[in-house]
Amino acid sequence: MDALCRDCLNSFDAKPGGLLRCPACRSPRCIAHAELNTLSIAHMDCDAFYASVEKRDNPELAAKPVIIGGGRRGVVSTACYIARIRGVRSAMPMFQALKLCPEAVVIKPRMEAYVEASRAIRQMMEEMTPGIEPLSLDEAFLDLTGTARLHGHPPAWMLARLTRRMKTELGLTGSIGLSHNKFLAKVASDLDKPHGFSVIGVAETAAFLKDKPVRMIWGVGAATQAALEKAGIRTFTDLLRWDRTDLVARFGSMGDRLWHLARGEDRRRVSANAPVKSISKETTFNEDTGDADLLDGHLWRLSEQVADRAKAKGIEGRVVVLKLRRADFTTLSRRLSLRDPAQLADTIYRTARGLFDGVGDQGPYRLIGVGIADLTPESNGAATGDLLDPDASRRGQAERATDEIRKRFGPDAILKGRALR
Amino acid sequence: MKISIERAALLKAVSQAQSVVERRNTIPILANVLIEAEGNDVQFRATDLDIEVVDKAPAMVERAGATTVSAVTLHEIVRKLPDGSMVTLSEDGAAGRLTVTAGRSNFNLATLPKEDFPVMASSEYHSNFSAPAPVLRRLFDKSKFAISTEETRYYLNGVYMHIAEGEGGRVLRCVATDGHRLARIDAELPEGAEDMPGVIVPRKTVGELRKLLEDDEMKIAVSVSETKVRFATPDITLTSKVIDGTFPDYSRVIPQGNTKKMEVDAADFAKAVDRVATVSSERSRAVKLALDEDRLVLSVNAPDSGAAEEELAVAYGDERLEIGFNAKYLLEIASQVDRENAVFLFNSAGDPTLMREGNDTSAVYVVMPMRV
Repeated sequence: MDALCRDCLNSFDAKPGGLLRCPACRSPRCIAHAELNTLSIAHMDCDAFYASVEKRDNPELAAKPVIIGGGRRGVVSTACYIARIRGVRSAMPMFQALKLCPEAVVIKPRMEAYVEASRAIRQMMEEMTPGIEPLSLDEAFLDLTGTARLHGHPPAWMLARLTRRMKTELGLTGSIGLSHNKFLAKVASDLDKPHGFSVIGVAETAAFLKDKPVRMIWGVGAATQAALEKAGIRTFTDLLRWDRTDLVARFGSMGDRLWHLARGEDRRRVSANAPVKSISKETTFNEDTGDADLLDGHLWRLSEQVADRAKAKGIEGRVVVLKLRRADFTTLSRRLSLRDPAQLADTIYRTARGLFDGVGDQGPYRLIGVGIADLTPESNGAATGDLLDPDASRRGQAERATDEIRKRFGPDAILKGRALR
Repeated sequence: MKISIERAALLKAVSQAQSVVERRNTIPILANVLIEAEGNDVQFRATDLDIEVVDKAPAMVERAGATTVSAVTLHEIVRKLPDGSMVTLSEDGAAGRLTVTAGRSNFNLATLPKEDFPVMASSEYHSNFSAPAPVLRRLFDKSKFAISTEETRYYLNGVYMHIAEGEGGRVLRCVATDGHRLARIDAELPEGAEDMPGVIVPRKTVGELRKLLEDDEMKIAVSVSETKVRFATPDITLTSKVIDGTFPDYSRVIPQGNTKKMEVDAADFAKAVDRVATVSSERSRAVKLALDEDRLVLSVNAPDSGAAEEELAVAYGDERLEIGFNAKYLLEIASQVDRENAVFLFNSAGDPTLMREGNDTSAVYVVMPMRV
């Protein structure tokens, strides 16, 4: 059986059943799989990425539980493995995390550092294949089909080398899932975390999925899970009992996807530039607030952040979305379609402000968010001016000029008064 | 209720009613038409709660009464019946069904109680006057293309009908705008309209009203209050709520100082715009107008689809000018011109442009340029 040592990258032939150790370096960190050298779709997921970057940059933290997240009211964005032992999880409210692990070191996210590290990893991946689909800063799909000849090594070897390079050159670890499609690759990368390498071959797909819960599927959240459970579907075995037409009739296009996934089939391609569907920014307050001025300030800053991303990506959105979460965690969202797609912070803010005024609820709120959706490529200002709002074009020009100033003198070089609220 | 009515008269009355009915209804009764038979007439009443239309037709009423049935179904049935047939509508209160009979065709329709049908509250009208159908037709036809569909500025989703100071005294005026273009149409002030409050007539009402204005000889009775407007012919009464909002002060939008004048045959102009716009990109539809000494060059340059150019002889004596517009907007305003040449008055490439027909200031259009 094909086998590979993840420490010295030695490929060798493993005797089935025996103890798996590298014949060259005696390392036990080896993988053996019949399809090891034929599978080519992979998912790479960094281990506790933000926390790992922090620990790398500050070795004093190495043995301490570290939680990355904003403020007391925020949520945990990443917890290191030490904190995870105590039960801390991503997306958990901070107060709860601190109750579980009071001695944890809480660090505000340093996005620049993470972006920097992510870029370095991305560069390593780009040396392997152009077929990279980043899902976030710390995870990506890789399609290594047809690269074996070019590299002189099968995908598995290249992937093992990637994690080794990440460890030695960047001081970060990642877990690899290798399989024959995206769905299974993503599932696999989670099986042996941290610093793992898991393989799901074609031959064992059915056996592997059997009796696994359907919530394992990426995209099946609480709501879908509840709907599935209502239909008596908890595991892949339950799913296999269903007719394709019945699944479609009950769950629409999701049903068709489920039917295929139940058979371990996923035809989605690893696409280098998966289209962005919406851009949004939100913020959770330190204390719930109904203060109109304060909310207005947040509305403006969020609109500006959304606009910055839209400008950077060269897109604009036809729909503006406002999201509000009340103190009792109920969420309101309002959306409005515009005649002319919006990219300027001014337009996004004005529309979101109009939506906010229309909500008619004094709050208090714990979260506010602004976004744009129904994206189109930007029209480069070819839009027709507005007879009834002659200042609009001047405000647009002012905003573009502001952007230029910021580009040269930094993001705080010029601010709107309302940004200070 | 039992009535007999000639198919053509029935079709006319029912089709007016069914067009008011919204296709998707959450309140079942709103999908129905209220049929009321009394004396020598039958009335068909339909509403979407904002607009109500009552259409009267002569019929042989055997047994007076009233009921409601699906407007769309009734219309479809009548439409498919052979021309010239006599249609009998009869309702047996106990069975809750309306029977439609014509020749050997027999239909049984579900009904809803007439008491459930919402009849629009009558209102006190401040102003009542009558205007010839062609006058109203011109006012609304020439302005409706500029009505906005933007939900944010709901007060632009209609035609602003009001009394204004025109060049030769007070006029009945209709204005519509979506912020990109504006139409201002004037008509002679009808007798009795002097105190009419300005109202924003919703887009759908304008569409329904159009069907009352086909007959050139017809006089339309117009009644206006702060909240409602009513247009009536002897057979049809259209009552509509008006948009509850303030129409913006459009007068400051209409450019006064535009001096660069271009005169062009509107039909030739429209055809040329249409031709060059063929290659323009779906989204921007930008057409560039380059003017120089009695010469107009229309051009489109869309990097991803191609380029086009066409030259047109015009009357223009001012300095060189290049200005861009959305082709659709140019086509729409050019198609409003029907008798004389189109006169465009420009200022600069960034300012609104004014268009009128010859020297006639009773119909004025403004259009915003776009950067090209």
